Amino acid sequence: MINSYFNLSNIVIYRILMAKKIIVILITTFTLIANAHAGSDGELVLKKNEPSKIKDCSETFNKASFALNQGLDKIIFKPVSSVYRVLPSPIKTGVSNSLNNLSNVVTIPNNILQGEFALAAVNAGRFIINTTIGIVGLIDVATYLGFDEYVKEDYGQSLASYGVGPGCYLVLPVIGPTTARDTIASLTNFIGGDAWYNVTVKNDTHYFTDIDYYASRVTAGVDFRAKNFDSIENLEKNSLDFYASVKSLYLQDRQQRILNSQKIIETQDDSDWEEIETQ
Amino acid sequence: MKRKLLVSLIIFFSVISVSFSIEPDVFVQSTVNRASKLLSDGISKDEKIEKLKSIAKETVDIQGIGFYTLGAKRKSLTNDEKKKYSELFEIYFLKSFSSRLAEYTNPEIDVIAKEKLNDNYTIVNSVLKATNERPKINIDWRIYTKNPENPLIRDLIIEGLSLARTQKEEFASVLSSNNDNIDALFNVLKEFSNN
Repeated sequence: MINSYFNLSNIVIYRILMAKKIIVILITTFTLIANAHAGSDGELVLKKNEPSKIKDCSETFNKASFALNQGLDKIIFKPVSSVYRVLPSPIKTGVSNSLNNLSNVVTIPNNILQGEFALAAVNAGRFIINTTIGIVGLIDVATYLGFDEYVKEDYGQSLASYGVGPGCYLVLPVIGPTTARDTIASLTNFIGGDAWYNVTVKNDTHYFTDIDYYASRVTAGVDFRAKNFDSIENLEKNSLDFYASVKSLYLQDRQQRILNSQKIIETQDDSDWEEIETQ
Repeated sequence: MKRKLLVSLIIFFSVISVSFSIEPDVFVQSTVNRASKLLSDGISKDEKIEKLKSIAKETVDIQGIGFYTLGAKRKSLTNDEKKKYSELFEIYFLKSFSSRLAEYTNPEIDVIAKEKLNDNYTIVNSVLKATNERPKINIDWRIYTKNPENPLIRDLIIEGLSLARTQKEEFASVLSSNNDNIDALFNVLKEFSNN
């Protein structure tokens, strides 16, 4: 009787805490959205995501996380990726392809959220073909068939496309650089927005376990590190301020992903260049 | 007769002026070919670095990049500080640029397109071919074309990420963590160049 009373009260406390968490998240999200002025045209999105304008509100915390992540990189990611990068190309391509294929389960709902219905259909077709004919995504059959180049989308990009500003720049332990908006948006993955998380961690499907999910996340980290191995080493060696370099590169990359553009004239403010006359 | 002479002179001078202007894409391809040939030569790394520095001095607008990198701070510098900054920046830039490139052996870069932004700037698009260790990389070059006879590189944009912009935010961070003191930046530049 007493046990069941405690169990019941634990459940009640847990639910209250969860509800409180969700309310905090919702309030923060709506505050961010309220700041968005409902504007979502390209120029406004470009301005809001301008890297030099994004504030580093918790710099001390961020720098501590950055140092921790550098330590983890030296102990785990760098040694593992230095071995991974010398594996035969077909193995690396297969791993990279299957990770890309898996990311479709987040990209497709975000294509829909951004109103890109045709693209959502193309990516759904890509996912079905690559998962079946492409042997769980190891071979990118869809690209051979002439599908357009695959572009990943996430919930942060969808929020940004609605005009939600990035908020402060953050560096999270293990996860790395992000922004307040993208951190909040990424929680969607854990409340049903990521089908891969749902079938591995959230629900007991008997086919997958938690380990499958976490292994895929770690492999994605190693794959990224290996692909950028020389660039990261070079950047660290030649930077006056490595933390500031990583912040700038991350935010520039994020800006062009949000705008779905690599075109220089769309993502760069040229006014500063125009002032400099040397000829 | 006079008219004929005048027409001939106009044609002559227009041919001359055309022949001296260099197309930005041709300029980039010839620069990367020079650098690529040098990097695949069987010479020591130190020799490569020295030769890369001389290519950079000819083809990169180091002074322009330096002032861009300094951001708004450049407007508050005295002439002496500007001169000192330009000298320190050139040493820093050449060291950083050449040691980054010297790591590569025989990089194959193909120029694929160009886009004229205005009379002063053209963006040249190129691709660094994939190797077994890394995928292909898109590299765009911001070419300063104010003087078409002497185009100069002002920025490298790798997979959409601008090196000049990154450097600018890095310098801004150094300045902001030192109360906007230019001498602190001079010291950091000196320290980098001496290491």
